[in-house]
Parts: sequence; C-alpha cells; structure tokens
Amino acid sequence: MDQLNNYLFIAGILFSLGVFGVMTRRNGIAVLMGVELILNAANVNFIAFSRFGGMNLDGHIFGLIIIVLAAAEAAVALAIIINIYNNMNTINVDEASALKE
Amino acid sequence: MAELVFWFIAAFTVISAAFVVLNNQLLYSAVALLFTLFGVAGLYVFLWADFIAGVQLLVYIGGILVLIIFGIMLTNRISSVRLSQTNVQQGVGGAVAIWLFILISVVVSKTPWNQTDTIEPASTVGDIGTLLLTKYLLPFEAISLLLLGALIGAAVLSREGN
Amino acid sequence: MMENIFINYSLFILFLPLAAFLIQIFYGRRLPRQGDWVSVSAVGITLILSIAMFVAMLLDNDPEFRQEAGFTWLDMGSFSIELGFLVDNITVIMLLIVALISTCSHVFSLKYMEGDIRYSRYFAYLGLFTFSMNGIVLANNLFSMYMFWELVGVSSYLLIGHWFEKDSAADAAKKAFLTNRVGDIGFFIGIMLIYTGIGSFTFSHIFDGVANSMLTGTTLTLAGVGLFMGAMGKSSQFPLHIWLPDAMEGPTPVSALMHAATMVAAGVYMSVRLFPLFTTDALLVIAYVGGFTAIFAASIAITQNDIKKVLAYSTVSQLGYMILAVGTGVYTVAFFHLLTHAMFKANLFYGSGSVIHAMHHALHEKHDHETDPQDMRNMGGFKEKMPVTYWSMLISTLAIAGVPLFSGFISKDAILAGTLSFAQLHPEHFLLPVFGFGAAAITAFYMFRLMFLTFHGETRMPELIDDIHESPPEMTGPLVILATLSFFVFYTLPYFNPLSSHGWFTNLVVPVDAVVPGNLTAHEIEEGAHHAHHLAMYISIGVAAFGILLAWAMYIKKTLSAETWSSRAGLLYTLSFNKYYFDENYDKYIYQPTLRLANKVAWIDWELYDKYFINGFGRLTDWASRVTGKFDFDGIDQILVDGTGRIANLLGRTFKTVQTGKLQNYVLYVTAGVIIIMVIQSF
Repeated sequence: MDQLNNYLFIAGILFSLGVFGVMTRRNGIAVLMGVELILNAANVNFIAFSRFGGMNLDGHIFGLIIIVLAAAEAAVALAIIINIYNNMNTINVDEASALKE
Repeated sequence: MAELVFWFIAAFTVISAAFVVLNNQLLYSAVALLFTLFGVAGLYVFLWADFIAGVQLLVYIGGILVLIIFGIMLTNRISSVRLSQTNVQQGVGGAVAIWLFILISVVVSKTPWNQTDTIEPASTVGDIGTLLLTKYLLPFEAISLLLLGALIGAAVLSREGN
Repeated sequence: MMENIFINYSLFILFLPLAAFLIQIFYGRRLPRQGDWVSVSAVGITLILSIAMFVAMLLDNDPEFRQEAGFTWLDMGSFSIELGFLVDNITVIMLLIVALISTCSHVFSLKYMEGDIRYSRYFAYLGLFTFSMNGIVLANNLFSMYMFWELVGVSSYLLIGHWFEKDSAADAAKKAFLTNRVGDIGFFIGIMLIYTGIGSFTFSHIFDGVANSMLTGTTLTLAGVGLFMGAMGKSSQFPLHIWLPDAMEGPTPVSALMHAATMVAAGVYMSVRLFPLFTTDALLVIAYVGGFTAIFAASIAITQNDIKKVLAYSTVSQLGYMILAVGTGVYTVAFFHLLTHAMFKANLFYGSGSVIHAMHHALHEKHDHETDPQDMRNMGGFKEKMPVTYWSMLISTLAIAGVPLFSGFISKDAILAGTLSFAQLHPEHFLLPVFGFGAAAITAFYMFRLMFLTFHGETRMPELIDDIHESPPEMTGPLVILATLSFFVFYTLPYFNPLSSHGWFTNLVVPVDAVVPGNLTAHEIEEGAHHAHHLAMYISIGVAAFGILLAWAMYIKKTLSAETWSSRAGLLYTLSFNKYYFDENYDKYIYQPTLRLANKVAWIDWELYDKYFINGFGRLTDWASRVTGKFDFDGIDQILVDGTGRIANLLGRTFKTVQTGKLQNYVLYVTAGVIIIMVIQSF
C-alpha cells in the first residue's frame, strides 16, 4: 500500500523537477535533460503500477516503448539543436525568440 | 535492510535530479543526469523489472546520455570544462513546480489505489518478449516505424549545406 | 320620418359644397374643363335637396315646425360648447334661397368667367362660400354661427379679390374683410355678454334664459346692440357701409350671389333669428340705423354712373329696409323682403353682368381698352339688341320699385306698414316712416334711371351698337328663372291677391313673441301692422309712381334736364356723387392716425426691443455656446475620449509583454494554467 505511494511520490518529485528544468534552463540541451527527467518519472510510474496495481507485465511494455521514444526524440532534438547552433551560433533558448512581436 | 537501501537509492535519485536542474554548469548537469538514471535503474530493480532496468542502462545511459554529451560538446566553444549558463524565471517557475508537486501528492494520497500483490517472477525477459510479439504487436511495429522516422529525420536535419 | 329627412338633407346640403371646394382647390386644374362640373353638380344636388325640403315643408304646413340636432363639441366639465343644426321653416326657405342663387351663379359663371386665368379656383371659392353660408343658416348656436360668419367673410375676401393683380380689387377685398371685422368685434362682445349672463351659446337656452330674466336691462340691450353690430358689418349698414360698393370689383356672379342675395342677407337672417332677445331700446337703435341707411344709400345711388355701383347702393338701401323692419317689430316681413329681394336683386346683377359682358365683347372687337364697360353713360338703346336681358331686368326693376303685381310690392308694402304702425304707437319716431317712404321714392327713381340710360334712347357710343348682342343661354337662363320669380304669385299661393301678402309664407313663417319681458307680443305688432296696411299701400304706390314718372321725365322725355338739376343742386349733388366723402374722412381721421401710431410702436419694437433685448439674448447664447464648446473640447474630448484611447494603448502594451516569444514562458503559462484548472476542478 504505502510502498506504491512511495514510488508515486518519488515519481512526482522527479516530474516536478523535470518541469522546473524545462521552464527555467537557458541552454537547449539543459532543457532536453529536463524532458528526460519527466519521461523517466512517467516510466517509474508505469513500472510501479505494473508491480503493485495489477497490470502484470503490461506496464513493462509501456516502459519499453517510452524508453524507445525517449531515444528517438533525443536524437531528433539534438539534431535540431545542432542546426540552431550552426545558424545562430548560440543555443540559448532565450535568443530563439522569433515568435516575439 | 532492504528498506534502507531503497530509501538511499531514492534519495540519491532525487538529489541527483535536483542537481541536474539547478546547476549552472552543463557538464556537471550531464553527469548528475547520469547518476539520476542510475538511481532510476536501481528503483526498477526494486520493482522486479529486471529487463527494464537493463534496457534503461543500455539505452538511456549508453545511448541518450552519450548523445547529450556529444551535443554539449558540439554546441559550445570549448576552452574549458566550465560551460556555464544561468537560469531564467526561477522564482515563478519554482513556485509553479512546487504547486505541481503538491497537486500530484494530493491526488496520489487521496486516491484509494487498488493494490494487488504479485509474486516475484523469475525473469521478465521471456514474458516481455512474448507479449511484444503477441499482444502488443501493433505498438511494436509502430515503434519501429517511429524509430525509422527519427533516424531519417536526424539524418536529414544534420546534412551539410542545409 | 320627416325629422330625419330634414337633418340628413341638411348634412348633405352643408357638406357637398365643401367637398366640391376641396376637390376643386387641389385637383381643379387637372380636371377636364377645370372641374366646373364638379362645383355645378354639387350645388345642383344641393338645390334638389333644398327643393325637396321646401316641398316637404309646404306639404307639412306646420308653422310650429322645428328640428334640432346637436352634439357636444368641447366638454371641460364646468365649460362645454354644444354645436348643432336647427331646422325650421325659416331655415328651409333660406336654404332654398342660397341653393337657388348659388346654382344660378355657378351656371352664369360658366360663360361669364370663361377663359379666366383662375377658373378652377373661382369655382372652389364659390363652393367654400356656399358651405359657409349654409353653416350660418343651419346654426343653432351663436358659436358656430360666429365661426361660419367669419368663414363667409373669408370667402368674400377671396372672391372680391379674384382679380388681385388689379390694385383696386385687392384693396377692395381687404376693405371688405376689415370692415366686417370691425362689426364682428361688436358681435363677439355681444356673444360674450350673453354667455356670461346665461352660460350657453345655444339659441333655445338663450331664449329661455332671457325669459327667466337671467340677463336684463342695460346689459341685455348692450348685448343686443353688440350682436347687431355684426349685422351692421355684414349687411353693410351705416356707418360700416363703405365696403359694399367697393366689393363690386369682384366678378358679377359673385356680386349677385354674395352681395345681393345671401351673404349680406346673413346679417338680416341673424337679426331675424335673434329677434326675441332684443330689448325695445336695442330695437330702436336697429330701426334707426336701418332706416337711415335706407335713405342715405338711396341718395347716393341717384348720382352714380357705374351700373354696378347703382345696384350696390341699392342693395345697401334695401338691406336698410330689412333692418328697419326688424327694428319696428315686423321681423318676419324683413325675412319676406329678404326672400323677394334675393330674387330680384340677383336678377338685376345678372342682367348687369349680361350687359357688361356684351360691352366687353364689343369693346374688345374695337380694340378699345380705355372705355369703361360698366359706365352707363357709354350705353343706351340696348333694348332691341338684348331683349331677354332687357325684359327680365325690367320685371325685376318693377319689383324693386314696388309696383303692384310684383313681389317687391308686397314685401316693401308690409315693411312700410310696419313702420307706420310703429310711428302710430310712438309718434316721436315719425322719422322712421319718412325714411321708409322717402327711400321708396328714390329707389323707384334711380332704378328706372338705370333702365332708361342703359336700354332706352339713343346709343351714346354708336360704334359699339353693332357688336352688342344677347348673351348665351347659360347667362340668360338664370335671368329668366329669377324674373319669373319676381312676380307676386309665387309668394301668395294659394291666394291670388296681388295686394295682400297672405299666402304660404305668412302661413308658415309666423312671428314669435319676444322673450324680453315687457316687449310687445307678436300679436300686438301684427295687429298694428294690419291696421296701417291700407294707408301704407296707398302712400307706397304714390311714391313709387312719383319716382318712376320723374325718371321718365328726366331720361326719356328729356323735359327735365339732368344736367340742370345736378348743377342747381350743387353741393348736394357733389356730396351724393362722392358718397358724402365717407371714405376720405375715414381715411383722414381713422386710418392715418392709426398708421402713425403703428409706426411709432414699430419703431420702439425695432430700435429698442430688438436691438437690445433680442440681440442681447443672441450674444448670451453665443457666449454660452463657446464656453460649452471649450468644455467639450478640452475637458470631455481630451479626458474621456482621448483617455479611453490612452488606456487602451496602455493595456495593449502591458499585455503585449506576455508574448515574449520565449518558449519557456509559454511552458510556464501552460503548466500554471493546468494547475489552476485542476485546483478549481477539485473544488
């Protein structure tokens, strides 16, 4: 009972930290790291439920899929970041503000 | 005993994660991320997810983290290890993150989870493999396609003269 | 059954000419023949309805016949005005007179006014007049009578001034209306005196009130005199007689209709209606005014050369006769004379119109626009050329002169009998019969003078005589009809005595006792008149014969020379010829001082009041508007209007800062939003 809650709390902390990282970090790669934290938190959730919530091994499958997704996404994100660096000579997220008026 | 180890690993993970987002130096953050991922793998082991823990180590740390460090190296003029950056909107962001955590904890603690105790499996590898090719065949194939797409996309994006 | 017919017919008789007026005035010019058939058919129907009513009255043979129908027009609690119709024998006869003469005028005008520049408007105004006159006839209360009284005045103004491009016509119209108004002041005062005393305008209520002594003595006399002043103005009695001769500027059919038969008779009609409430003093005033007017006007007529002016003064004189009759108490005889006079005087006017029409035509042929076609000195010897006109005018002249076998004799004789009996009762008023008989003699003289000068003897302008010819049937038709009606017999049916007035008229029009306590009753008046009847008859035949013989001697036989007599009369002749200088004196002593006073008052108004008071207001308004404008511009515009703009600007700039373009900010917002939603949801 309270074991599940523990894992869920941990996952929650990781998630909040990841969101904090996404919101506050200036470097693009640091933001990517935050995203990875979020994904990991979700993964922990899934595996925890798989163990305690009666999902058998379905949770593991989801976890696998999430890891695969994270990998693909990190690859593409880094490709984009490198492109931005080549064009603007900086990967400060602040300065990629072409959306501003 | 197990409890203690559990709590140690949990603390280790959380502290590393905090370090990831709060430190101003990129490489230090990357290394902290490494430790965090390690910690998470440990949590997986406690959760009887041996295969997943292995995959985590292999793919996340061996693949993604390396990729991240490559990215750090490639996008900074490296003269020293100190690649710094500062944070923005920490105040508000912190407040929002804390609120988010409070919300999640409230939800978690208030919900009566339907818990069942399962028996510890011997190894999950075989069962996962079977599931992948029977029940979750479609997601499996979809993931493959996704990987293909990511591959092509990354290749296209990093072409010369683009 | 009988009652409904009378009131219903009266409604049609009243409003058909009004409808014709409205149609003519708005659409007349667009209608074929300029719409004269609209007016003619309207009055024609009116005539048929009047004849029907007349026949019904004769068959009914009820001297007491009387119908009243009214409605409350204005009711303010303590003060209310009731209007309505009153139909009795007098009303029916009067309606017939109006309808008959109006129809004759309409038909006569078809040819007389042919080619006139304002043809349709002329007929419109004729319709308006007929409507107004019938309004007076049918009124059962002083209020509506006054309204229609004024309307008749307006119609008179419009018609006299029909050829308003001529200054003389425009002036004459103004004179007519204004003189009328002077009389109407008295009329109004009289009405108000009665209303104050009795509290109602309706005749029956007034008579009851006077009988119950709600209004007595001097006040009642003054009221009576006031009302009579209206008659003085409308019926052109001395001293308000000045307008009628000038009114001859209007077209001759108008003169025949209004200034001979109907409008001027309205004063007499009103006096006849209101006879019961005149006190003896008021009646005395009336009698003297009437008597004096009769002889006074006759004395002017003998020297006039314009054929229409002679007839105008003759009308004034005859109206004086009628008023004299009312004053001496034989008021039904006054109405009788009104009836006969309407017929023969209108005929005389139509005849003169026929002659003038012929003169116009002849002068036009000779391209002579200098000679006056209305001057009798240019006429003469028209008898063979215009036979119908001549014979009809001769018959009417015999009637007006008071020759037996004709209608005028009977009515005039009765009036003179009345004056004689009055003088017998009150020997101090001997002047009244003197006026009466004197005027009769003079009337006979000047009327035959007119006939002799126009139709007999040598033509004074021989070059014209070949072009003089008889008038078309539309003009001679009325002449024949009215000439026929100048014979006695139509008024004395079912009797055939040419010397006595007994007949359907005396049967149906019976005098009513005066309601003023102390006056003679009708019976006593009639008795007196009856006694004096024979004496009056002899004297009147005598003076008529004298007048005719004198005219014959002067103008046919030329045994007496008109020129010698006129130069020997010297001052008298000049006075008579110049109408006793009334107009000149009025101008010098009344008009000019009033104009001078008006000028002075106007100066005060213009130089003082306008300059300082009105302009001051103007400047004040200017200043106020400038201050307000400043306030509006600097205050409201700057603060409110611009301020709103600036606030919008400010808000815009503030909110613009949300759009930083930084993704992380957006993530923050999203997350915050999600949290907020979840928090809200959990409550």
